[in-house]
Amino acid sequence: MNSLSVLLSFLVALMLSSLPLPDMAIIFRPEWLMLVLIYWCMAIPDRIGIFTGWLLGLILDVMYGSLLGQNAMALAIIAYLVNIFHLRVRVFPIWQQSFMVFMMAIIYLALTAWVRGIAGGFPITWAYWMPALTSAFVWPFVYIALKDLRRQRVSSREL
Amino acid sequence: MRGLLRRMGGATPATVRVIVLVALSVAMMLIDHRTQQLEKLRNILQTVVYPIMFVSTIPRDLIQGLTGSMERSENLQSDNESLRQENLLLRSRLEKLHSLEADNRRLKRLLGQSEQIAERVLLAELVEVSLEPYTQKISLNKGSRDGVYVGQPVINGDGVIGQVVHTSQFQSTVTLLTDPSSAVPVMVMRNGLRGVLFGTGVRNRLAMPYLTADADILIGDLLISSGMGGRFPTGYPVATVTDVKQQPSDEFLTINTLPVTQLDHGREVLLIWPEVVRTRKDEVLQELVDE
Repeated sequence: MNSLSVLLSFLVALMLSSLPLPDMAIIFRPEWLMLVLIYWCMAIPDRIGIFTGWLLGLILDVMYGSLLGQNAMALAIIAYLVNIFHLRVRVFPIWQQSFMVFMMAIIYLALTAWVRGIAGGFPITWAYWMPALTSAFVWPFVYIALKDLRRQRVSSREL
Repeated sequence: MRGLLRRMGGATPATVRVIVLVALSVAMMLIDHRTQQLEKLRNILQTVVYPIMFVSTIPRDLIQGLTGSMERSENLQSDNESLRQENLLLRSRLEKLHSLEADNRRLKRLLGQSEQIAERVLLAELVEVSLEPYTQKISLNKGSRDGVYVGQPVINGDGVIGQVVHTSQFQSTVTLLTDPSSAVPVMVMRNGLRGVLFGTGVRNRLAMPYLTADADILIGDLLISSGMGGRFPTGYPVATVTDVKQQPSDEFLTINTLPVTQLDHGREVLLIWPEVVRTRKDEVLQELVDE
């Protein structure tokens, strides 16, 4: 139905994740891939789910050169959590969804921090959790953009 | 199958799936952390990722290309002039180095030491992508196709930068000196005192632990690669000592050092292939007799 727009949005999210930014801006970079994954997990839960999340995480691992399985595990768990709650969250007002996204991002960051802590100590500062805030902040825009994308594809088929 | 799973303890397929995938991820992380077994899988996936990374560098390259061309017309002449002068200076210094190198080689052969032939080098360019924040890694545009291998030393004009950790066909990932997983065997140039430099995860700081209080090390000392461990060739500058402290409670010194190269500046780096040729002692003696 709209597999093209799904694929396209994931590609864009991956690009945004590796877009070169000045060091100051990297701290604030939202977790684009997680945001798009959450959206599709809520919108078409029968097609996008845990395995998709895992696969995308694996691609992100390769892209970042990090430990293979680190982001894969985290994103699979995020997809699973969204899968449990999607019926409830789908009817939330957007600001409440933003809060849920914030919690998801905290879980995601905690999982990767945990793995990285075990694999070889790295300093965790307050700035490390910043992407959770920015992810929650950009969620409404991502939500609206993807919803438009989906609607357009659906309606153009119907015409 | 699904019905069977549901009957067994009432676990939904989603739960089963996430448990299986998490277990798989943990297994992969363990293998990847301890061994090199997963490099093949990484290589295959890297070819999928390559176009994505390539496209994400386009905007930056475009902007840089535009500003670069504007700069070019203005500064070309002055750049050219200063480069010519520098070239002249370096060439005169190189003349002197040639004779010193010959001297050095003769002396080393007298001692029967392994001889270091001039290394093969390859210029690589940084791929301007941002990797995981809080890790000190960079991406290069040369890969296994060009002979890059895991563990290969990477330098620039000033000194050591780091070493290659992953390679794929067209790209490779380099761990910088400051990454927490990095360690380089070094020695103090002044007196040959050996130690190991560890990355701290903090930019522009390397730690040199395990030196006792009586170690002869001073602020400002230059640390060069010692060649121990066989990864880094001998004699490349790595860092300078910025801070030597002794806590009364600690029997080791706390030593902080600053990398000699600006790790986050510059677009070009050099990959080197150290080549060691061992000369046998009796061969050298024979040669001496002949002389």
